[in-house]
Amino acid sequence: MNTIDVHGLVKRFGDKTVVDHVTMTVAEGEIVGFLGPNGSGKTTTIRIMCGLLTPDEGEGTVLGLNIRTESLRIKREVGYMTQKFSFYEDLTIGENLEFVARLYRLKPVEEHVARTLEELGLTTRRNQLAGTLSGGWKQRLALAACIMHKPKLLLLDEPTAGVDPKARREFWDEIHRLASGGLTVLVSTHYMDEAERCHRISYISYGKMLATGTVDEVVKNAGLTTFVLQGPHLDQVADALKERPGVDQVAPFGATLHVVGSDKAALEKALADVEKQHKGVSVKSGETSLEDVFIQFMSGSKDNMA
Amino acid sequence: MNSVFSFARLGALLIKEFIQMRRDRITFAMMLGVPLLQLVLFGYAINNDPKSLPAALVATSNDPYTRAIVAALQTTGYYRFDHVAQSAEQAEFLMARGDVSFVVTIPADFGRRVERGDNPQILIEADATDPAAASGAISTLSTVASQALLRAQGMQEAAAENARGQLDVVVHRRYNPEGISQYNIVPGLLGVILQMTMVMMTSIALTRETERGTMENLLAMPSSPLEIMLGKVLPYLAVGAVQVVVVLAASKLLFAIPFTGSMSLLLTAVLVFVLALVLLGYTISTIARTQMQALQLTFFFFLPSILLSGFMFPYRGMPGWAQIFGEIFPLTHFLRITRAVMLKGAELPAVAGEITWLVAFVALFAGVALVRFRRTLD
Repeated sequence: MNTIDVHGLVKRFGDKTVVDHVTMTVAEGEIVGFLGPNGSGKTTTIRIMCGLLTPDEGEGTVLGLNIRTESLRIKREVGYMTQKFSFYEDLTIGENLEFVARLYRLKPVEEHVARTLEELGLTTRRNQLAGTLSGGWKQRLALAACIMHKPKLLLLDEPTAGVDPKARREFWDEIHRLASGGLTVLVSTHYMDEAERCHRISYISYGKMLATGTVDEVVKNAGLTTFVLQGPHLDQVADALKERPGVDQVAPFGATLHVVGSDKAALEKALADVEKQHKGVSVKSGETSLEDVFIQFMSGSKDNMA
Repeated sequence: MNSVFSFARLGALLIKEFIQMRRDRITFAMMLGVPLLQLVLFGYAINNDPKSLPAALVATSNDPYTRAIVAALQTTGYYRFDHVAQSAEQAEFLMARGDVSFVVTIPADFGRRVERGDNPQILIEADATDPAAASGAISTLSTVASQALLRAQGMQEAAAENARGQLDVVVHRRYNPEGISQYNIVPGLLGVILQMTMVMMTSIALTRETERGTMENLLAMPSSPLEIMLGKVLPYLAVGAVQVVVVLAASKLLFAIPFTGSMSLLLTAVLVFVLALVLLGYTISTIARTQMQALQLTFFFFLPSILLSGFMFPYRGMPGWAQIFGEIFPLTHFLRITRAVMLKGAELPAVAGEITWLVAFVALFAGVALVRFRRTLD
């Protein structure tokens, strides 16, 4: 049985369809990355799964529980970490954890709180107000609070936004440690390096699920060709390339230019022309990255933000 | 010059401010609609010289003189005899409950004494818990009654002048013989102060969670709407209890308000009243989207409740529609209870009706709040 098994989810706000027939399965113990641009429906989909929103259409189960009728039981079994820090800033770290422990009826409260503080390394800062913590510590506190009741599924909504690289690295080490203990994780993110640390990724754009699979599968299935250009006056080269058919993306990376296209023949022809016109520019075959794939997805899907 | 003041920059600020004002519909509606509504409402409802006050008649005989006096009192416009009491005890109960503002007693031998020229007496008892409300009615009393009696006796106006004083009108200002207005205001203030703090504090209960972003987390964790509601309102019930003790102690020590009734009855009523208030505040917080809106709604509620409940102006002096409107405020009923219990020494039977009203408010507000509570973020 899949931990998450939802199909055909639709959620509309007014006349805007925010989630448009989303189907998703996550197996037990898997870490699945949920990617997509801002406003693509990631948060809404996660909220539907943890019972905070009712879908307009579609059915599904989370931990074998119906998302429409058993949301109260889902809430007890799931740990949900919100995008914005949503614990009480005017309560201390200890008081926040005690509050959560009591809400989940964990007994004895003191033991759970003390153990969580110990694991977090926050025992000495127990009496510090949560609002005075830095972004990275807030995120660690939030994670600790939502795994305290030992959920079977963890839903994380952009948990590492605004957190420094070292804290992010530690955060992901922790996620993998939890997953090896049998916990299933669905995590939304904008960071490509984080996507690459997931077992599988799902890409959603403007409410529609566009791709799903391992990182390699997603990159391969996108069917993109990438070339790396080097040489003088690359800004002029870039302008010239943007006009050409077959060139989908032109992006400067340091002293190089990444050129991506889905039509390999057309792209090669365009590059050959440019190479002739601009002296000293060399063209090498490059590797398509996940980011290239996502930018391709984003420019290809219709914007419904308006 | 340009660096200190620029019309272009002022213009930018003004345009931004007007756009924001227009976006916040509730505020906009309140700024335009509410003043007009309040002007009409209060302009017609408030009356400092209340007329047509309910009165009870205790009269055992039905002679022409009695009828003449009653008719004359009614003609003044101050008295409205809508109760006929069979006995003094029944009249007493009517007054304790606040059903009547006056009890007019005309003794059985009144007619006989008039005919004998033997200084007839009538007794008028006025509910002086609100001294202002009764004063107009009392001041016209003696002249009107004497003239009516003389007319009934068929005497000329000139002779009437000489004969004045024959009729002896005895006025009892009940519960507050010296007409001290604090006796009326201070017990009322208990209700007003409680209302201010209780409704205001609980009206931001949920909107504060929403604005700080903690609502999403609270809803994602296993807590039921009933638990959240009780968790939000019960702490303020405790705050209210402290306030009650402070206000009651101060009214005793500073203002020497007489305390004639049962303390336990008063405290029971206060408990129900405060519960109604915190639930009302909580209901507001399920409706408002922001703390600002919640406070606006609270103030929108405060003004009519203070003006139409009988706290500032005599309730009985308002027109009928305004009196009916005044019934929708818990404060109205609480004021009747505190004044009845503290000043009149009323027992449970006299205030049972008002307590029932308060219990109904508790049930209503709790019901609305639970229905309105959004268990999801939809």
